[in-house]
Order: sequence, then structure tokens, then C-alpha cells
Amino acid sequence: MNDMTLPPPFTAGDYKSDYKPIWCPGCGDYTVLGALTKAMALLQRPPHEVAVVSGIGCSSRIPAYTNCYGFHGVHGRALAAGTGLKMARPELTVVVAGGDGDGYSIGGNHFLHACRRNVDITYLVMDNHVYGMTKGQASPTTEPDWDNKLSPGGTGVRAFHPLVIALASGANFVARAFSGDPNGTAEIIAQAIRHPGFSFVEILSPCVTFRPEQRKWRDLVHPAPVAETDDPARAARRIMTDDGFNIGVLYAGSRTQYERARVASATLDEIEAEYAL
Amino acid sequence: MSTTKPASVAGGTDRDALEPPTDNPLPPLMPQSIEELMAQALAMEREAVARYGELADMMETHNNPEVAALFRKMAGYEALHAERILADMGWVEDEPPLTGKPPSWLTAEAPETVPVEEMHYLMHPWHALQLALAAEQRAQEFFTRLAADAATDAIRRAAEEMRDEEAEHVELLQKWLAKVSPPGPDWAVDPDPPRYLD
Repeated sequence: MNDMTLPPPFTAGDYKSDYKPIWCPGCGDYTVLGALTKAMALLQRPPHEVAVVSGIGCSSRIPAYTNCYGFHGVHGRALAAGTGLKMARPELTVVVAGGDGDGYSIGGNHFLHACRRNVDITYLVMDNHVYGMTKGQASPTTEPDWDNKLSPGGTGVRAFHPLVIALASGANFVARAFSGDPNGTAEIIAQAIRHPGFSFVEILSPCVTFRPEQRKWRDLVHPAPVAETDDPARAARRIMTDDGFNIGVLYAGSRTQYERARVASATLDEIEAEYAL
Repeated sequence: MSTTKPASVAGGTDRDALEPPTDNPLPPLMPQSIEELMAQALAMEREAVARYGELADMMETHNNPEVAALFRKMAGYEALHAERILADMGWVEDEPPLTGKPPSWLTAEAPETVPVEEMHYLMHPWHALQLALAAEQRAQEFFTRLAADAATDAIRRAAEEMRDEEAEHVELLQKWLAKVSPPGPDWAVDPDPPRYLD
């Protein structure tokens, strides 16, 4: 393992571990890893002051490939673990990462409440619109008409809209990035980490194994033609009307981030007394 | 008095909609000095080194040593190009000055960078060489454009020199490709595929 206590200045390579990723060749997650390490280099946070927390899935392997502290947790519960970590160790930069199945389905409820709580963590979702690790089932963001052997004719179920949900639930920073633009993604991740409160970055990250047609995403993405806004109503209108391929910061709000109470308001004995039978 | 209308008056719903842009992207900023041009060339070579390294790692992990070795070799060549730029510009001890300007290429990644999503775990050296050739051709086109739109004669000459170097690389790769047989039509057939097909 690399030395976590290297002196600054830090390069992107200082945030990478010696473990080689075992994602499929062509997977977008490779360049998301590169973008994350570049973002850390932009921020110059020492690796030992950063924690990368994940759930289960292909993209959730990412903590092992960084030289930061890592926690590869239970399916869908990465945000719960990350929130707890940030509460216990507020001086750490906490980045939670995972995929669309882990974050929007198994962990969907945690997603809503993490947005609502607005703890100062950054959530990166590598969205490929499919469950890749379990061989290509439809995920919450899969198009309803995606025809495949496991859901012939498509699921017919409306796709989850994570950016709208995040905004409506109270996320303080909402952005979309594309794995094929690692430098742009790095800048967005750095901005998300700097922004106080809960920051959500949806990263379009093709799964070339089960969704080879996603190679065309490179031709479909484009920079959002408007500047970021701090008006949630305007942001909601923009996100609801976009084509799903606008890249950039779509909302940067000013909600006060959640802070834990520094002083206990009652002793343990007093609390226990309230519940005494 | 300001003529700027409030957003609610000037914009309305249409202004807020994020429709795909229909106009052409803005023309990129051209280098204004030899240092800026060569800093971009260096950034391009370094990005190519990093990407070829990643691609070689992918192929090693997926037990495709022949293609891994080819990508590793390409990373080595690009590293030599980067070192030569550093030496020629006297940047061996110090990094090039940061301009803070965006690069002059229109794409998200530098022209010489092979896109990750073009990989396949069963790809052959022929495929890898095709991707490398396309990358060198994009780099050649990039410097051709910089030479055509150069701000000064000195920058134009330097861009032409870079263009000619990329043309040499294109030629070398074409010769290399001529010695490599293209794979058969069933190159991607896997008796135990990752996709569920039953």
C-alpha cells in the first residue's frame, strides 16, 4: 500500500492504491476513479484526511483503489455509514460512492434522508442504468423500454430521476458529470466537496458489457448551457426539462449544513429516568 | 440605468429549459506563445501516458497480455515524447508555467487520448493499434489546426513541427499495422460470456 502520510504537494497518483481495478475493460468507472483522485489533488487534502465509503456493486469497489481511508459497506447503506462517520469525525472529508442500484433502489430511502439531513458529505453515483455486477438486470434508472432477455420488451416502469429527487429532498449541491470527461468531472467533484452540506454528483458512467449502446453517450453529453443557480425552483424547472445529458453544476444552494449538537443537554441518568418503568 | 431585465421577465420557462445546444461550440482559445503551445503538447502527452498505462492495467487484469504489452509500449513512447518536450523547453527541473487557460482542443479529453469505452477484454493487438493510430491522427489534426490559426509565425512553425512529428507517428503505426493480421469475424465470441443470453 502507498504511504498515506506523504508530504504535499499531492498528485493524483498519491491518492491511488497499488490495487489494479478489476472492472470490465471499457467501464466508465476507471475514469471516475481518475477524476476522484484528480479532484483530491486539486483540493490538496492529505490522503489520511479523506474517507471513501461505498456500498455494493461494481462502482462500490472504488475505495480499495484509493489510498484514502475506505469503507466497503453493506448494500445500499453507504450513505448511512458515511453520515455516521462525518458526525463522529467532522474533520474528515467524506466521499460516499456507489452505483444507481445501490443508491437509488436498495439505498433509496437513505438517499432521500441524506439529502434532507444535509450533512457535509459528497455523494458520487456512477450511473450506468443497469445492475452490472449481477449480470445486467434493469435498475431504477433504466429506460422503461430497454429490451433485454431479463426484461423482454422493457420493464415498462418509469425511470427514477435522481437529480430531481435530490433537489426536492434538500440536497445543497446537485450536478451531473460524465466519465468520458475526467478532467471536467474532477472539477465538479472538487466543487462538490468544497460546497457545504450534502453534495450530490450523478456521473454518467457507461457499462459497455451490458449496455454497449452507452458508448454513444460520449456524443450525447454537452455542457449545460446555463450557469448554476441557487434558486431551487429554477433548478427544478431546468432539471425537469433537460435531456439527461447536460453536464455541469445544476444547483448550488445555501442551506445551512447539519451540525451535531456540541454539548449534551441532559445527562445519561436524566435520560434513563425519563424511560424508567 | 441598467437595461438588463429581471430573469423572470427576460427568461421565463424557455430560458430555464436545458435543451441540447444547437449552435456550434465556442472556438477554443489559441496559444499566445510558444510556452503555451508546448505546455498544451506536454499535457496531451502526459494524458496519453496515463491512459495507455490504465489500458495496459485493464488488459493485464483481464489476462490479455499481448494487448497489455502493446499499450505499455505506447505509454513508453508517449513518455519519451513528454520528456523531450521538457528537455527542449528547459522544464526538466521546473514545471511549465500555469496559464490557467483551458486547452485548445474541443473535446473533453486531449486528442491523443484513447477513450476508455473503446476497450474490449478480447480485443486483439490489431484493435489496439487501430485505436492508437486514430489517436495519433487526432493529434496531427489538432496541430494542423493550431498551425493554421496560429497567433504568430513562431507559434505556427512550432505547431507545424509538432504536426510533422505526429505525422511520423501515424506513418510508423500504419507500418506496424501492416505487419499485424486483422482478427477474424468471431474475435469477440466467448464460450462463457458475461452476458446472460439463455
